[in-house]
Formats: sequence, C-alpha cells, structure tokens
Amino acid sequence: MTTPDTAALDLTPAPGAAPFPRMVLAQAGAEVRATLRNGEQLLLTLVIPVLLLAGFTLAPLIDVGGGSRVAFLAPGVLALAVMSTAFTGQAIATGFERRYGVLKRLGATPLSRAGLMLAKTAAVLAVELIQVVVVVAVGLALGWRPHGSFAAAALLIVLGTAAFSGLGLLMAGTLRAEATLAAANLVYLVLLGAGGVMFPLSKLPESVRPALEVLPISALTGGLRTVLSGGALPLGALGVLAAWAVLCLGLASRTFRWE
Amino acid sequence: MDSPAVEIIGLVKRYGGTTAVDGLSMRAARGAVTAVLGPNGAGKTSTVEICEGFREADEGTVRVLGLPPATPALRPRVGVMLQSGGVPPATRCGEWLRLVSRFYARPLDVDALLVRLGLAAHARTPYRRLSGGQQQRLSLAAAVVGRPELVFLDEPTAGLDPQARHACWDLVADLRAAGVAVLLTTHHMDEAERLADHVVIIDGGRVVAEGSPAALTGAERQLRFRARPGLALEELLNALPSGSAAKESPAGHYIVEGLVGPELLATVTAWCAAEGVTADDLRIERRTLEDVFLELTGRELR
Repeated sequence: MTTPDTAALDLTPAPGAAPFPRMVLAQAGAEVRATLRNGEQLLLTLVIPVLLLAGFTLAPLIDVGGGSRVAFLAPGVLALAVMSTAFTGQAIATGFERRYGVLKRLGATPLSRAGLMLAKTAAVLAVELIQVVVVVAVGLALGWRPHGSFAAAALLIVLGTAAFSGLGLLMAGTLRAEATLAAANLVYLVLLGAGGVMFPLSKLPESVRPALEVLPISALTGGLRTVLSGGALPLGALGVLAAWAVLCLGLASRTFRWE
Repeated sequence: MDSPAVEIIGLVKRYGGTTAVDGLSMRAARGAVTAVLGPNGAGKTSTVEICEGFREADEGTVRVLGLPPATPALRPRVGVMLQSGGVPPATRCGEWLRLVSRFYARPLDVDALLVRLGLAAHARTPYRRLSGGQQQRLSLAAAVVGRPELVFLDEPTAGLDPQARHACWDLVADLRAAGVAVLLTTHHMDEAERLADHVVIIDGGRVVAEGSPAALTGAERQLRFRARPGLALEELLNALPSGSAAKESPAGHYIVEGLVGPELLATVTAWCAAEGVTADDLRIERRTLEDVFLELTGRELR
C-alpha cells in the first residue's frame, strides 16, 4: 500500500498525552454529539418535557392547586429535564459504554478516569443548558413570568445534577446494561409521577408525603418552584439534594465496575 | 531504555478454580515484533490484558517499559487493540479515530491513517455498520494513532479477509521498521512466522517453546509422512546415513530429519515397502510453527 497519501504517516514513536483540558473537552464534545444524535435520548431530554409543559398548560387536565398553570408546571418540567439528562440518559449511555467495552478502551488512553468523569459532567451540563433555554423559551411563550433568584435556581440545578448523576452512575456501574435501561426508565416514570412534577404533593395522601418529599426530584421541583416565584432559597431542598449527591456519588465511586 | 518492552516473570492468573496463566515467563524486546502463539484458551488474552493494565496478576512480576502495567504514565506510551469492541456502535469511524487522536500530544494524521488502512471511504459510517474487518482495522488504527513506543495487538487479524490481513501485516512491519515494539497474539502460525522476530508458544498458560521462527522450526528440511501408528523405526535408522533422525510424533505422524535428498527419500520408501505400509501425505519441507506446536503439545493449534 504505497500511495502518496501514506507519505504523511511517520510511525516513529513520539508518545505524549495531550493537555488535560484538551482531552476533557474532546471527550465532552463527543458525548454531547452522541446525545444530540440519539433519537431516543432527544425524545427523553427535549420532546417529552416540552410536550408536557405545552400540553398541560394549554389543556386544563390537571389541578395544580390554584394559580397559574404554567408557573406551576415550568419549574417541574425544568427539574424533569435535569433528571432525564443527568440520570436517565447518563445511566443508559454509560451502562452501554461499559457493556461495549468503551470504558475499558478509553481506560487505555491517556484520558484518566477522573478526566472521563469530568467530561461526562461537562457534557450533561451542556445538554442541560440547551434544555433550560428551550423549556424557558416555551414557558415564556406560554405566559410564564418567573421572578426571583436565577442564581439560586442555577445552584439547585447543579446540585440536582450531582444527585441524579450519582444515582445514574451507581446503576450504570453495577447493573447489566439491559437492567440499567429498564430500571432507569422505570425510576424516571416513578419519579415523574410521585415527585410533584405535574401535580402538587399536597394532592397525595398525608401518609406518603414525608417519604415523597425527600426524593431528589421533589426537592428539585419544590426548590425551583420556590426560587422562581420570588421565594428565598429553601435550605431543606438544598439539604436533600446535597445528601443524595454525597450518598450516590460516594457509593458509585466505590462500586463502579469499568468492565 | 535498558528495560525490555515487556518482561513477565512467573505470571499466574486464576479465574475462580481455573488457572488461565500458570507460571508464564517471557520477554518482548524493544523495537521488535513478538508473537504469542497458542490455541484458544491458552492464556494469551489474559497475559496481554495484564500487560495492558486491565487485569491484575495473582502472582508474578510484570514490567512494561520497566514499569508496573497500571502506571498512568504508561498510557500515552502504549497503544492497545482489544480483541473486540471498545467503540460506541453509533459513533462514526472517522470521529472515533479523531477523538482518540485528541488524547495524544503528537498524533498521526487521522485522514492519512484512514487512507492507509483502507477506511477513508467509511469515515462517516457508524461503527456498527462497518464489516468485521473494518472494525478490526479501526481498532488497529486507534492503537497506533498516538505514536506509541509499544503496541499490544490481541488477535489483530482474527476474522479478516486476506486483503485486510495483508494491510495489517504491512502496518506491523512498518511499525517495526519505525522502532515500535509490537506484542501480538495469534493462533495463525503463518502470521507469527511472517511477522515476528521472536515467537513465544504457549499452551495451558505456560510457555512451551520460544525463539525466532527460524530457530523454532529448524533450518533443515525434513521428510514427513503419515502411516499406521507404532512402526518400529530401528531398521529405518540403521538404513539411514548417520546423523539422521526419525521419530513418530504424534502417533501416526512420522518425521525424518537429516540430509534430505533423493537417497534419503529412496531409503524411506524402501523401508515402507519392507514394512508393508503406504506412506500417506509424504512431503519434504521445512518445519512450520504448526509442526512445532503439534510436536510439543500433541494437539492441533486450531
């Protein structure tokens, strides 16, 4: 195979790792591209949240407990969007990467495991940014007028991302890929139904409410609803999310199997 | 630079009650091609994956470029081709190679490498839609794109068509010429004979023989034939010129070594006639690694 094109190949050893930020950026870019290109992921991360927000705002099918429907729904849908990317999408993608040997193969490159985790986090945050822009735009178009601390909302979203990523990686690192796929979708549906996203927890029986209030989705939804309607940052929600983040990330880092 | 590319001393690896690698010792020199040859289940992949840092040894010492295999500083210096997989199915061929190249300081030109391995036309094809041979070549490309000092190739030509095999062999030869150490596993003896400076034959997790292909197969030609097992060889040995040797290995396979020429052939056929046997498959040839393996283990390589 001696064509002029091969002249460019100098196989002489010249080993060396790329600078750490360049490796992390390259991997994060690849992860974002993979997410945006995956139809099922896009359905989960953008189409379902937007449909829920628009559909239930326009059609009076649910009782949001008085007040503006869009003001109630938009923060819940933002929380749902965060959960779909940080938890469901990441758990499924990472589970299959493990199964296909991708994590193993990346382990043989200069990209360290810490670098890979950083890249995954950056990719999740980048996709979330796109989701927030789209959901907020749809919300504004439907008459949502959020007021309050956007910095507090961003803090809740970052903490929620940490909690959901921990939960997702805990699953992806221990279960088989198919089990992760099934469990991640199931948990997504359960949390969507029981986490105060589409209707207030006050509509549910008194007996189960304390348990539901410590779910990460309830804390994120409730927290966003408060700070985006002018309320002060709820420390309870912050504490719940921080506890989930520490617990799940800690467990995931101890139990994660790369192969 | 004094340490060998790979040095393995007394390596043991067990999976539950099964011992996959059983006290294996070998070396791979820098700038040379070393082939680890053995049948499936001989312990090739376990050995290589321990060298790559993916698995831990139960016993023994392994040094890669003088360092313990899991040392992070080795990652940029060592290229790895897994036996299968390792690429996300939806990722395009060119994108994957470009991504891997970005982890290295001075990578090869991705487009030139794709051309070199016949993958340029498939640069936009998702990995899962590549043929098995194309997937193998992409894995090979990813192993060398970072310009490593040492490359591990685990069965690089398994499932390749002849053309793709030759493309792979050419690249290995070029790596060697450029001073890259290559350690590859294979169960194709022609691959080992053709590519390797040093061949390590393993079976049952142990080294059964090693040396250059020429040293292992012997420089001399030999005469081989098949006949019913258990023929008495004494009379044949008496009839042959001194310095000749005759043996049955394994049962029913006869090998005569010495000054192989018309006289020796005539002697052997006369002896066969006297014994009342027909020599099947009679041929004069250099020994192959396959013969060596068969003689050492009594089993076919594949």
